[in-house]
Amino acid sequence: MTDDAPLLRLRGVVKNFGPVQALRGVDLDLPNGQVTALVGDNGAGKSTLIKTISGIWGPDGGEMAWLGQPVQFHSPKDAARQGIATVYQDLALCDNLDIVQNMFLGRELLQRRMLDESAMEKRAAATLSDLSVTTVKSIRQPVGSLSGGQRQAVAVARAVMEDARLVILDEPTAALGVSQTAMVLDLVRTLREGGIAVLLISHNLNDVFSVADRVAVMHLGRIAHSGPLSELDTQGVVELITTGQTSAAPAAGRPPR
Amino acid sequence: MTSAPGTAQPETDAETDVREIDVAEAGVLAESFGDYVRAWLKRVRGGESGILPVLVGLVVIIIIFQIEKSVFLSAGNLVLLLQQGASLVLFGMAEVFVLLLGEIDLSAGFVGVIGGFFAVWLSSQKGWPWGPSILVGLLVPAAIGAAMGVFVVRLRLPSFVVTLAGLLGFQGVLLWLVNTLGGKSSGGVISIDNPVIGGLVGSNMPVLAGWLVMAVVVAAFAGLLVFGDRSRRRAGLATPPFGLTIAKIAAVAVGGIILLVVCNANRGLLTPLRGVPWVVPVVIAIVIAWTVLLTRTRFGRYVYAIGGNAEAARRAGINLGRMRIACFALCSMTAGAAGIVYASNLGSISSNVNGGQLVLYAVAAAVIGGTSLFGGHGKMVHALLGGLVIATINNGMGLVGLSAPTQYIVTALVLLAAVTVDSLARRGQVAA
Repeated sequence: MTDDAPLLRLRGVVKNFGPVQALRGVDLDLPNGQVTALVGDNGAGKSTLIKTISGIWGPDGGEMAWLGQPVQFHSPKDAARQGIATVYQDLALCDNLDIVQNMFLGRELLQRRMLDESAMEKRAAATLSDLSVTTVKSIRQPVGSLSGGQRQAVAVARAVMEDARLVILDEPTAALGVSQTAMVLDLVRTLREGGIAVLLISHNLNDVFSVADRVAVMHLGRIAHSGPLSELDTQGVVELITTGQTSAAPAAGRPPR
Repeated sequence: MTSAPGTAQPETDAETDVREIDVAEAGVLAESFGDYVRAWLKRVRGGESGILPVLVGLVVIIIIFQIEKSVFLSAGNLVLLLQQGASLVLFGMAEVFVLLLGEIDLSAGFVGVIGGFFAVWLSSQKGWPWGPSILVGLLVPAAIGAAMGVFVVRLRLPSFVVTLAGLLGFQGVLLWLVNTLGGKSSGGVISIDNPVIGGLVGSNMPVLAGWLVMAVVVAAFAGLLVFGDRSRRRAGLATPPFGLTIAKIAAVAVGGIILLVVCNANRGLLTPLRGVPWVVPVVIAIVIAWTVLLTRTRFGRYVYAIGGNAEAARRAGINLGRMRIACFALCSMTAGAAGIVYASNLGSISSNVNGGQLVLYAVAAAVIGGTSLFGGHGKMVHALLGGLVIATINNGMGLVGLSAPTQYIVTALVLLAAVTVDSLARRGQVAA
């Protein structure tokens, strides 16, 4: 359509598990540098969708385009190479390792075949300060001693360290308290300010409305609605989540919140 | 894993932990000695109890035995204790490799003794030089360990069961080896007549050489610490307080000097007998080598990662299967070294070695030292200290004249105490 193609475009993406159709033709645009919230009831297909985007499995049909170019991801590495970083709900951190060790796990820097701890610590510290993660006093403490929000921050830092363009966060605030949630939402804003697009999966509409630019609502394996958040209010989103449609006139027309 | 969890939280977590954010406040970024001690205390409460409990325990045990029997702290007895404990320490270090993964190797005792058998048999009956004999004594166990690792990894069998089969099967193999290869006339015992392998535990370094090696080791340790600190400071990173570095170096130097003074004192009854038994520098070299492997290389980092969270390690692109097989091989190879030292201490290898008891002592040594049975937490030095604790108990009880039943029971209680400390610390970690 226009020259500035969205960062990621999905058209008619289908995913089946045996007879179960998890994704029945998903159309979705993720614009560059914006926070898109992906909401939907349990079983609507959110997890299947993000796993498709992040290359855990290939789609059974449909097309994906990255910056306007058709792409196929056969493994999470393919997606990571393009700059898609996914932080799953379980965070995949090793509690017994410290922050630096976790951030560099699997891609340690070496110097004469030994671990180059100084270089790793410097880069980890730089990444964390880019993300404005300041509550962590020492990056040499085991991740097991961190709070939930801090752990989320470490997982995100680990994900974005390799020049990510799109960060997928799977329910980052689900298990967090108020202050921790605020910290994670700040982190999302910092990512956006850094020009990184975020796809935020959340059940918490407060979080969605406080941080997202756009919202995509999934219902029964399809995107029931997607567009700027200002087009909808909480009631509208809830209706879309539960019924797949909104009683109000589709798009525009309603006062924001 | 799908979108199931997370819906119920929003209200309930409202009043929890606003202060949680500064859990890390007292962190490891220590500027002064006091800061460091505080951060360390926090770590202890957080489940990283370190080596303090076992050190305290060791000192207490030593004091008790010294009060009971003044000959305990004599040079002769302390050297004997080191000679008895050396194979135990090595067996313990072998277990650390698999315990770090959250696995266990019950066969290490017999597999290690099989290594000892090959070193003894080749050198004493086949006329091989000591070097190749020891090499085979290490490689045969390594191959056995790798094979068991393949079973654990490829067939996804619990290591407990695979190595339990190994415990039974390799006892049979050992019997067969000694009786068949050693010859009928051996009567199940092959004595060592190679002076190097036989003298590994029994003969001593020249007095001066002992001091020299000790000085070089302490100097190297000091150099590494100081240079490490300096390069960190240059890189603008937080460095441990200077006083702490000095204290660490001083502790190692004092330990080395005590060791040398004890070993170089004349402990002979009729003729003079002095010097550090060769096995001591050998064990220390292995401790250093394996510590470097575990803490300074990618391989070691992955071992800890798998023990901490195997799924996270897998997603980070670590080849879990290869790592596990390598660790089983390293475990068995280190056990082979232990088996050679064990044979050297006895002067022979026999078919009725109690490998089952050896391996249980090995696990006990690692765990008493502070290595976790649940994976992810442990160090080589833990096996060193834990092995010394067990050796001290056995030695001291023998001196005091307590019988075998008491020795077993006391060792059991120490093991229980060690596991309790580990478990309580872990609970503290969860609570923190």
